[in-house]
Amino acid sequence: MRRRRAGSVAASIVAIGLAGVCGPPVLRGQAPAEDNCRVCHAALGDPRLTPPVEAFATDVHSARGLGCADCHGGDPSVAGMEGMDPRKGFVGRPSKRRSIDLCGRCHSDATYMRQFNPSLRVDQVAEYRTSVHGQRLLQRGDTAVAACANCHPAHSIKPAVDPTSSVNPLNVSTTCGACHASAEHMRAYGIPTDQKAKYERSIHWEAMSVRRDLSAPTCNDCHGNHGAAPPGVSSVGNVCGQCHSVQAAYFGGSRHADTFQMIGAPGCATCHNNHEILASQDGMLGVGEGAVCGNCHSPDDPGGVVATALRQAVDTLRWSLDSAAAILTRAERAGMEVSQAQFDLDAVITELVSARAAIHSFALDSVRPIVDEGLAATDTAFVRGRRALADLRFRRTGLAVSVLIILALVAGLSLKIRNLRQARAGVSHGGNHG
Amino acid sequence: MASYGRRWDALYAWLDERLDLTAIGKIAQKKDVPVHRHTIWYYLGGMTLFLFVVQVCTGMLLLIYYRPSADEAYESVQFLMAEVQFGWLVRSIHAWSANLMIFTLFIHLFSVLFMRAYRPPRELTWVTGMGLLGVALAFGFTGYLLPWNELAYFATRVGTEIVGVFPVVGGFLLRVARGGEDVTGATLTRFYAVHVAFLPLLTTAILGLHLYLVQKLGMSVPPRVEREGGPAGRMKFVPDFLMRDLVGWLIALALLAALAAFIPAELGTKADPFAPAPAGIKPEWYFMFMFQTLKYLPAHIMGIEGDVVGILGFGLAGLVVLLLPFLDRRTARGEKSPLVTWLAIAAIVFIIVLTYLGYTMSPTA
Amino acid sequence: MAENQSAPPVASRRRFVDWLLGTSVGGLVAAVVYPAARYVVPPASAESAASSVTLPFSPGDVEPNTGRIFKFGSQPGILVRLASGEFRAFSAKCTHLGCIVQYRADLSQIWCACHNGHFDLNGHNVEGPPPAPLPDFEVNVRGDQIVVSRGA
Repeated sequence: MRRRRAGSVAASIVAIGLAGVCGPPVLRGQAPAEDNCRVCHAALGDPRLTPPVEAFATDVHSARGLGCADCHGGDPSVAGMEGMDPRKGFVGRPSKRRSIDLCGRCHSDATYMRQFNPSLRVDQVAEYRTSVHGQRLLQRGDTAVAACANCHPAHSIKPAVDPTSSVNPLNVSTTCGACHASAEHMRAYGIPTDQKAKYERSIHWEAMSVRRDLSAPTCNDCHGNHGAAPPGVSSVGNVCGQCHSVQAAYFGGSRHADTFQMIGAPGCATCHNNHEILASQDGMLGVGEGAVCGNCHSPDDPGGVVATALRQAVDTLRWSLDSAAAILTRAERAGMEVSQAQFDLDAVITELVSARAAIHSFALDSVRPIVDEGLAATDTAFVRGRRALADLRFRRTGLAVSVLIILALVAGLSLKIRNLRQARAGVSHGGNHG
Repeated sequence: MASYGRRWDALYAWLDERLDLTAIGKIAQKKDVPVHRHTIWYYLGGMTLFLFVVQVCTGMLLLIYYRPSADEAYESVQFLMAEVQFGWLVRSIHAWSANLMIFTLFIHLFSVLFMRAYRPPRELTWVTGMGLLGVALAFGFTGYLLPWNELAYFATRVGTEIVGVFPVVGGFLLRVARGGEDVTGATLTRFYAVHVAFLPLLTTAILGLHLYLVQKLGMSVPPRVEREGGPAGRMKFVPDFLMRDLVGWLIALALLAALAAFIPAELGTKADPFAPAPAGIKPEWYFMFMFQTLKYLPAHIMGIEGDVVGILGFGLAGLVVLLLPFLDRRTARGEKSPLVTWLAIAAIVFIIVLTYLGYTMSPTA
Repeated sequence: MAENQSAPPVASRRRFVDWLLGTSVGGLVAAVVYPAARYVVPPASAESAASSVTLPFSPGDVEPNTGRIFKFGSQPGILVRLASGEFRAFSAKCTHLGCIVQYRADLSQIWCACHNGHFDLNGHNVEGPPPAPLPDFEVNVRGDQIVVSRGA
């Protein structure tokens, strides 16, 4: 991807002539006893010729025993320039167009690939031809688009599971962004270049980069990898629904599904954005400040009214849950036994999460029952919390009783002390006392 | 009525033959207390003793449910507060009585000081009393950690850190105190052993000596009172003084019950050695003035670390107080010693001001 | 002094004071002994539920290929009896957003209804949004009791 100049003169003349002639190497990836290509190019110290050799040591093809000649042709057993013999199949540095066939020579051959990795797909080239990149390259000869070596750096190709691979999920957005985030590169195409930046602000990127959840989507999960193209406006919901099945099911049955189709709104992305998908908040609901429903609905139109009601329902449940939890915590800290109440209140989280998913039906009838169930549970918890705190008051009654007893005792003692003093005073004054 | 009296007499006679109760009774009857305008301060020693007895009783009850390991301590205290019948009461009384006891101990110390009761022949009573002060503070420090909650954990970290500041032996002392380099479950076990075994035994010994000395030497009359012609009279210990003692103890009991009911002991969150220290760690109030003083000392004083100077300073002050009976020659000779009075007042003001500052200054100051 | 008149009132006053003393001492003793006695008697749950819990139902109550929610302290747990009869227990809080999971006999999996998350019988998250497996507990069957504890 770095050096996108046209291939060397020799390569272009020879390569076109030899297109399609060579089949896959007959040998099962047995590197020749001496790989003179590698030896010579490494020794040259040339900034264009030596780095590929050094990088190739990390390449997965090298690990499988394939050598320079297996892709570039020529005779590795011959030292010197004679090895780069077109009669021995040398193609040199292939052009972008040529490279597709070069890679496809092996990678589209199921029989051949089965020797190395039976589970690897063999339709990448076929997919590529359907992609925007493929169509522009093959039909319009646009060499500025991506081909195999743009995403899979030619001499250091690593499998996706390798964390240093350019196609590891964590690195995909950087790989795509190398072109798509470059204003200079994309100037001719008139499409925005802010997708990578937006994506990196999204919750999907956070899930992947911070929480290390590699199942979170990156560019290729929604756009396809070899057959890369933006999903059609009407298919956005299907793509999101691959993971978010519950919300997609609700949405599919809602009135928005047809309406969005009619007005050409891109399904889920209408409210949640396509690249800058932020963590959903309850604040997105309704027609107030920062709420997405308000983008189309006004507060008093039927849709706006429903939106406000939905927001209220969810807010009420959340607030109830929080206050019930607070009162139970207060009781617990004061030493009351409330673990059963807390256990039962925990289950309300299920209702809250379900209610938020049910929002996507945009119908109060789906959301209300869930919210009501949750509210019943929070009410119970509240009652139990209040009762626990009331038990605290019972302590004060016990205290009052104890203090009364003590005061009675103190009064008795004080009286006794006074009696004794008087008795002694009486005795000192003389006289008898009964 | 009469038959009870006869049975009681018979029992008394049986015990008397074996234990010579009559002799003890005679000593008790003879014991009296001087009556003058400062007699009220005589009640404080007994009050402290009463509160200590409350500690022993509630402490023993707590032992039934408490588990001294880092994994279980917090949960066992939580269990005790929430599930054990009146567990909250026993624990809250134990916590409040500890504070009250140290408070009355300090008042007892200062009242004895102002009344010069430490003068000969009562020097040893003073020394054993100082020993009891040290033991009481140790009780407070070790007991505070036992619930293994966040505040206690960090307060112990800071407190034992200060021990490590001692020159030469500081590091060694710190490791012995903590049972390792850091505050861990080993520290908890160690503090537990000290709190429930070492210190009670030590208290028994020192307290026994202290009480024996008080009994043997009788109550001291302040020099002022002596100069004015002596006490107005003498009050019999049994039953007069004792009953007044009881009234005081009962009021203290009522106070403890009220505090336990209205301000029960808190538990907070479990200690997490890996969590960052919360802002504003504070030691218990009786250590606050020393803690706050250290904060105000500059990093270095004449080449020595500020903390070391502070610790040594307090150590020196403690030593002076301990040796007061031997240092206060004027009082021993029977003369007035205003210096002692003024120093004591200065100390009290210092303690109060520093404690106040400790609670009102923001943690970052 | 009018001793004759004062004798009866003094005597009755003394009797009253004695009675007051006696009764209040008795009251105080009761007020101290009662809480202490209640305290010493162990409560219903003998130990804190921090590390181990005995379930309130017996092994016979749980059919194979079913699951049951139980209380571990204040946290929810799910007890699963496999078709083979073996017991397993996990935290019932879904690792995605905290919903309570349930057992699906048709899938022989633990399932979360909120966002269609699936966990296998080892607690591993195998499908859907949950990012982590369900923490597991140790289950021991002691005669007619099931004891669930946090693993060492």
